[in-house]
Amino acid sequence: MAQATTTARRRTRRLNPIDAFLWLIRIVAVVVILVGLTNSLTSGRLSAQQWRDLMVFGVSQGSVYALIALGYTLVYGVLKFINFAHGEVFMSSTMIGFFAADALARSGMWNDQPIVSLFIVLIVCMLTSTLVAITLERVAYRPLRGSPRLVPLITSIGASFFLQYTFAGLFGVGTRSWPQVEILQGSWQFLGFRIVRTQAVVILAALAMMALLYVFVERTRTGRAMRAVAEDQETAALMGIDVNRTIVVVFGVGGAMAGVAGFLWGLAFQTVFFFTGFLPGIKAFTAAVLGGIGNIAGAMVGGISLGIFEQVGPSAVLAGLGVEGFNQLKDVVAFTALVLVLIFRPSGILGERLSEERA
Amino acid sequence: MSTTDATPVLELRSVSTHYGPIQVLRDVDVAIYPGEIVCLLGGNASGKTTTLKTILGYVKPSSGSVHLEGQRISGLPTTEVVERGISMVPENRRLFKRMTVRENLEIGAYLRSDRDAVEDDYERVFELFPRVKERLHQRAGTLSGGEQQMVAVGRALMARPSVLLMDEPSMGLAPVLVQQNFDIIQQINQAGTTVFVVEQNANMALSIADRGYVLQTGRIVLSDHSDALLSNPEMQRAYLGQID
Ligand SMILES: Nc1ncnc2c1ncn2[C@@H]1O[C@H](COP(=O)(O)OP(=O)(O)OP(=O)(O)O)[C@@H](O)[C@H]1O
Ligand SMILES: [Mg+2]
Repeated sequence: MAQATTTARRRTRRLNPIDAFLWLIRIVAVVVILVGLTNSLTSGRLSAQQWRDLMVFGVSQGSVYALIALGYTLVYGVLKFINFAHGEVFMSSTMIGFFAADALARSGMWNDQPIVSLFIVLIVCMLTSTLVAITLERVAYRPLRGSPRLVPLITSIGASFFLQYTFAGLFGVGTRSWPQVEILQGSWQFLGFRIVRTQAVVILAALAMMALLYVFVERTRTGRAMRAVAEDQETAALMGIDVNRTIVVVFGVGGAMAGVAGFLWGLAFQTVFFFTGFLPGIKAFTAAVLGGIGNIAGAMVGGISLGIFEQVGPSAVLAGLGVEGFNQLKDVVAFTALVLVLIFRPSGILGERLSEERA
Repeated sequence: MSTTDATPVLELRSVSTHYGPIQVLRDVDVAIYPGEIVCLLGGNASGKTTTLKTILGYVKPSSGSVHLEGQRISGLPTTEVVERGISMVPENRRLFKRMTVRENLEIGAYLRSDRDAVEDDYERVFELFPRVKERLHQRAGTLSGGEQQMVAVGRALMARPSVLLMDEPSMGLAPVLVQQNFDIIQQINQAGTTVFVVEQNANMALSIADRGYVLQTGRIVLSDHSDALLSNPEMQRAYLGQID
């Protein structure tokens, strides 16, 4: 009896026009990507070295997205809302980091004592964004705890504008440029291929931070409390966990990761202005959704995949399809990648099936 | 067990609790003495869970007070109440399903810094529930209902409570498991922990409890020794008859 109804349900599902339509899109997507890929790869327009450079650049860009994405995903995991001001948390660290780096450069220490200077600036970046993130939680989100989810979401958009224009007001709308780090100019040879030094540093630092975060969340008492609060706030509170304090830690850790991202951004891309947080913020949010929002490993995988898609995608797929100006289309590729992944896996690359969420 | 000569370990003095404008508890008086098992009986929505949440400070009483060993604890944050020695097995067990059994137990000991004693308590829990030790690295969500109940009790014991609160421990368990569960409660009690257990299964609860209170729409309507309650004609009609 039960058997019969499930098979019946399955049969009607197969006839569902929406499902049929989704399958059509999936098939078309696969065919288009395959055609583009084959054409690009057989045309020999780029050398193997150039492909590798694109890959490495994609990974380093993606590492920065991943670090920012962690902040979205940590907060979502615990409070089930998207903190759209997180891009500005990132921007604040690059901006304040710029002033620290600039001061050190003027004093001459930036090039005399590069390691010490970099360390100081890194700390400044992390402190700045941690402070901004914690203040946001305290001032903008905590008073709204318990209101419908849309309320903090909209508030976060407001907070995002507030931060952007506060920074524009304080420091002007002009672009500023981090000083170059002499020891990071040029490239290293690594296993037979060339890798730009700043990119190597970005990738290594990001991986180290992710490993640290992983250990923190999985192995420490506070990390366990974070997971408990994420899973079931009421029970966590009844077990004696201080939920408010834990939420502050979540924002703080997300902020610290964005601070590292801001620091690496300064090293790798140099320029910063009040709007610098917007696109990386949206991309990182995309990466978090791509990987499965709420899932820490997902944010890392999503970030790095997105970086690769947007760097390699235009040359690998669009060029082969004969799209003009494909080099300008990396943002299009990034967001298309999001749509495609969600068509194939609605809960993201590593996301749990939604039905499993509340078992 | 004498109930008059000592000061209560846990006492609710004319506690009223509201959720917004809705009053759920009305002048509830409960006194639990060291070493006792006391049960709180009542039908659905009578306010049993709210009573436990009020004790833990998760909801604040609108009037009245809660005392632990004579000291007022109402008004303290839950963290501090747990730290002072009250822990809870929530209704429906509420394990952290995505965490391992071990991690669930660690959450139980979250507020403790006496590492050696914590290690002893793991052993105590494993002695009580050998099954839990076998499942230590399994995700709690994959355990059977009976096993989940064991972990939930173990988690509460890891706080080394002087008073253990249990919210409907028999809910959703097969009769054999219910019996086992109540045996365990007695064992825990004999080892020195005072137990306050909330139940709808009145027969079962009264069979192990020293005394019982009956809650009806937020008011205590009866309280007596278990034997007296079991033979009380009003109880028979309202609660005991309908169970079996
Ligand atoms: N957070 C809340 N907000 C508003 N009302 C609540 C809340 N929690 C409980 N109530 C209401 O308070 C009353 C008592 O609830 P409580 O959970 O204490 O009952 P209970 O005796 O434990 O019931 P059950 O046997 O079903 O577990 C119910 O009418 C319930 O709807
Ligand atoms: Mg209840």
